[in-house]
Amino acid sequence: MDPILLYKIILCVVVFAVSLGIAAYMTWGERKLAAILQDRVGPNRAGPFGLLQPIADGIKMFMKEEMIPGASNRFLFILAPCFFMLTACMTGVVIPWGGGITIDGVTYPMQITDINIGLLYLLGVVSIGVYGIMIGGWASNNKYSLMGALRASSQMISYEVAMGLALIALVMMTGTLSLGEIARQQDEGLAYVVYQPLGFLIFIICAFAETNRAPFDLPESESELVGGYHTEYSSMKLGFFLFAEYINMFISSAVMATLYFGGYNFPFQHELGLEGNTLSIIQTVVLFAKILIFIFIFMWVRWTLPRFRYDQLMNLGWKVLLPLALANIFFTGIGMYLFGKLG
Amino acid sequence: MALTNRAQKVQTASLSWSEKLYLPAILKGMVITFTHLFKRTPTIKYPEQKREIAPVYRGQHVLKRDEAGAERCTACGLCAVACPAEAITMESAERKKGEEGLYREEKYAKIYEINMLRCIFCGLCEEACPKEAIFLTDRIVPTTFNRGEFIYGKDKLVESKDEPVDVTKRQTPEVLDFKKDKKHYHNRTFLDKITRKKAAH
Repeated sequence: MDPILLYKIILCVVVFAVSLGIAAYMTWGERKLAAILQDRVGPNRAGPFGLLQPIADGIKMFMKEEMIPGASNRFLFILAPCFFMLTACMTGVVIPWGGGITIDGVTYPMQITDINIGLLYLLGVVSIGVYGIMIGGWASNNKYSLMGALRASSQMISYEVAMGLALIALVMMTGTLSLGEIARQQDEGLAYVVYQPLGFLIFIICAFAETNRAPFDLPESESELVGGYHTEYSSMKLGFFLFAEYINMFISSAVMATLYFGGYNFPFQHELGLEGNTLSIIQTVVLFAKILIFIFIFMWVRWTLPRFRYDQLMNLGWKVLLPLALANIFFTGIGMYLFGKLG
Repeated sequence: MALTNRAQKVQTASLSWSEKLYLPAILKGMVITFTHLFKRTPTIKYPEQKREIAPVYRGQHVLKRDEAGAERCTACGLCAVACPAEAITMESAERKKGEEGLYREEKYAKIYEINMLRCIFCGLCEEACPKEAIFLTDRIVPTTFNRGEFIYGKDKLVESKDEPVDVTKRQTPEVLDFKKDKKHYHNRTFLDKITRKKAAH
């Protein structure tokens, strides 16, 4: 078999397994962090520090009774969680997880595919993610589910606009849509958050909204909509919805680290005197450290802020973030023109 | 005139520009939650860790035996009368010949039951007992899965002959002083009640 093809297949499996593993332990981390922030203890019964809790949760989910409402559309009802999970897993493909690994003189990049429209692919897949929720809410044939799904889709579509516009300002500076190339550029220059602080702020707010995390967790709103779009779901189908949210969080953290915080690069990496594979491994570790910091921020915000009201959410999306993103594009253009003339 | 100095003026001013931005307030809130990362949790992890209880703690009851190992309770019913929660019930029986080693008095409790769900652990039964038979101990009533199991009979209440339950911790100097003329005290209050009732009629 072609070694490159074999390598890609292995990398696919590894990325898939790592995202699932990290998402599983994020559920543990979330519960533990929530507990600590609220001066509680958190899960500590299953294994040391409750570390086997995700496994126990998984077993619990599988053992639960499978309920499909009689009035629901059975095919779509089953399709929705699969779809949501699929789109969550698809986004990891374009992220550069580190520098290349050299074996027998051949360099294998730590990225499954460096398509030249990587950012566009990312936005596209994220938009498809809405379908999982929408189909799920619609197929349940329940008004709470439908309300949750409507909220989710309008929220995600609204914030995608601002997110896309924030990324346009970034793309104007990078001149490329390839994530691998953007990561390489930040090796040579500074991390893009230095040039795009407002863009990053808009992007992180939109990322919160896209992943349906607090304070933008209106689609779920367990207090008003009893779970929103997944009210009627049970057993592992519910597990898929909840789990995909964590995968989404992991991937958006990876995207933020890659686009704005230098990706796998770290300061003074070439002054250490490390070469080749050792450096690559350290770079991967650094990238994961950055991702974990973003995941921590995701959880930290969730356990700090209360949920938005629906009109506030829409006001923020359309009346604040959208104009800000447009202004950001404008000022980025002016800045690039002026500095381009100077430099 | 203000009755307290806690009244606060209602703020009707609209938000300033920096307040409308919300970001400073959000950051402030996040700093507050962040400081909680370094706070010690007050939780006591129960089965492994136990809360320290007072030496005079009022927990699960015990029916004591005397020095010879005979039950002290004579089923007088004073504990049941004293009980504000009406948790105690009993049935008395006459001691037969040859049972002197089992029961201290001629009358004994055939059935003695305390409903631990009704009991409020006030210790009035202990105070009422003229025979120093019932005591509250520093044992905690364990949980079970149904209500019936919370009705403790003599099998759970009477101490075993081999492992007597230590109740000396509750015998503080004040308690001993109270017990000095205990019988007298109870008779007096009982008689007082009757005379007062008669006077009312």
